[in-house]
Amino acid sequence: MKKQKKNSLCKEFTKGIIKQNPVLRLVLGTCATLAVTTSFVNGLGMGLAVIVVLVCSNVVISLLRKAIPNKVRIPAYVIVIAAFVTIVQMIVKAYVPVLDEALGIFLPLIVVNCIILGRAEAFAGKNPVLASALDGLGMGVGFTAALCTMGLFRELVGSGTILSGIQSLLSIFGDNVFGGFNGIDLYEVFPWLEKLSLQPITLFILPSGGFFTFGVLMAITNRLAEGKGEKKAELPDCAACPMASACRMKPEEQHKEGTA
Amino acid sequence: MKKLMVTASPHVKSGDTVTGIMLDVIIALIPALIAAIRIFGPRALLVVVVSVASCVLTEYISRKIMKRENTIGDLSAVVTGILLAYNLPANIPLWMVVFGAVAAIAVVKQMFGGLGQNFVNPAITGRIVLLVSFSTAMTTFPAPLAWTGSTDALTTATPLAALSQIDLGGDIAAQMASASLPTLPQLFFGFIGGSLGEVCTVALLIGGLYLWARRVISPAIPLSFIGTVALIMLIASKGNLTFMLYELMSGGLILGAVFMATDYATGPVSRSGKILFGIGCGILTAVIRLFSNLPEGVSYAIMIMNIVTPLIDKITTPKPFGYVKEKKQKEAA
Repeated sequence: MKKQKKNSLCKEFTKGIIKQNPVLRLVLGTCATLAVTTSFVNGLGMGLAVIVVLVCSNVVISLLRKAIPNKVRIPAYVIVIAAFVTIVQMIVKAYVPVLDEALGIFLPLIVVNCIILGRAEAFAGKNPVLASALDGLGMGVGFTAALCTMGLFRELVGSGTILSGIQSLLSIFGDNVFGGFNGIDLYEVFPWLEKLSLQPITLFILPSGGFFTFGVLMAITNRLAEGKGEKKAELPDCAACPMASACRMKPEEQHKEGTA
Repeated sequence: MKKLMVTASPHVKSGDTVTGIMLDVIIALIPALIAAIRIFGPRALLVVVVSVASCVLTEYISRKIMKRENTIGDLSAVVTGILLAYNLPANIPLWMVVFGAVAAIAVVKQMFGGLGQNFVNPAITGRIVLLVSFSTAMTTFPAPLAWTGSTDALTTATPLAALSQIDLGGDIAAQMASASLPTLPQLFFGFIGGSLGEVCTVALLIGGLYLWARRVISPAIPLSFIGTVALIMLIASKGNLTFMLYELMSGGLILGAVFMATDYATGPVSRSGKILFGIGCGILTAVIRLFSNLPEGVSYAIMIMNIVTPLIDKITTPKPFGYVKEKKQKEAA
């Protein structure tokens, strides 16, 4: 009995990474995803900020789930989320000002990021604290993984660098971590690239290249998550759900998340 | 004795085939190729060959991966390859040509289902992808005849870049005289800087007339496209005819209007739709040339109009024979 419970908790964590990856499978929070993934460091920074906000807000909302009246739950959730976003923004501004500049408006916009409100509404508002925390962590890790992959690829192809500006994140741990490693510029390491006129493909750091990378990654993730026996759920409230046609949740999962 | 055959319509077929039409387009493109080799040297031919080869190979490989029947025999990939090359400067690094060809065929054409399913022109989109990715390489043009060693200049600005410097509020004729512009015959025969297939106006016009004579294209789109640009340029220059002629013969206007805006898959079906499409292309081209910081706007204009083509088709659906509007029907009753 206890083992089964442990298994399901583990599942709450892992589901967010591939099977229900918030960006690539649920297609939530795409605006921030496309905007900040011009470099790996920006993607990682955004991802970490979202993980913190998501875990904290999921925990608090789960704790308050019986105290919040159903009719005003959305405003209540938004206030909790906004409080954590403010904290995160202040910390980033104080310790990693470079990242704050790079992320710009998208850092405060985490408040309205669909992933966070979506998890609060679909999970944390109905489930116990530990499960909600793990759900938040899993979703956050899935989001960060997607952003880092996109950022790594777009940066490599679009500007010819790897992990450029990583020192600004590492500087939290002190000065000159890893001997002041601040990313690799391919054109410095391989001067022959310039001679062959192998310039970076600027398209990939522009929005159009972002959409293209996003689409290809979604296709790959769909392939990875394919054939896991997820049948389209048919429940009474599916008719009212705008996502019903794209929903691939198992009926029992939906019971837990949707109607419990 | 003949049997009675009962089949669904259409019953009268023209005998046109995709391969035949594409072959006609290739024939129509040959004069411009000869002109390009004369003006920019064997390097122009190399760019065309690389572009065609990579387009055909990309088509073959992507059809194979998608497990669809092989379509390289219909020559549409060859046409895309030639048109893409015509939109590039003759001295562009060859790997960029390959990249553009892969983007045009694999992403724009085959990912949407192949010939006839693409919603924008593959060659135009390939050019735009390259222009956005490698703006320096795409806008550094070799000087005409530089390959023969008869000129000192290796690269040159396009006439359009010089034209865009002209202040339309001032004395246009005086400014054109002082700007370093080629003469009108030079423009007409293509001895100017530019993409390798777009420079020689006369060769493109010969190709266009051939296509018209063979009934491959209708003149509706080219005429309304070029006419709109001419009209707007006349108005903008307060009736300066020379300025208008320079605008018409420099840049990719003729190439775009004759060969790329007339693409069957991405243009409207009816004649009124085609005229509307051409006027839209013309307005967008003129607006981009006159008011934006880009010197040339033909490719963007055609791509934007490609995207609105379904809407044009919707408002210009031809009336079926004998059809009476509902309102009139009520009045009659």
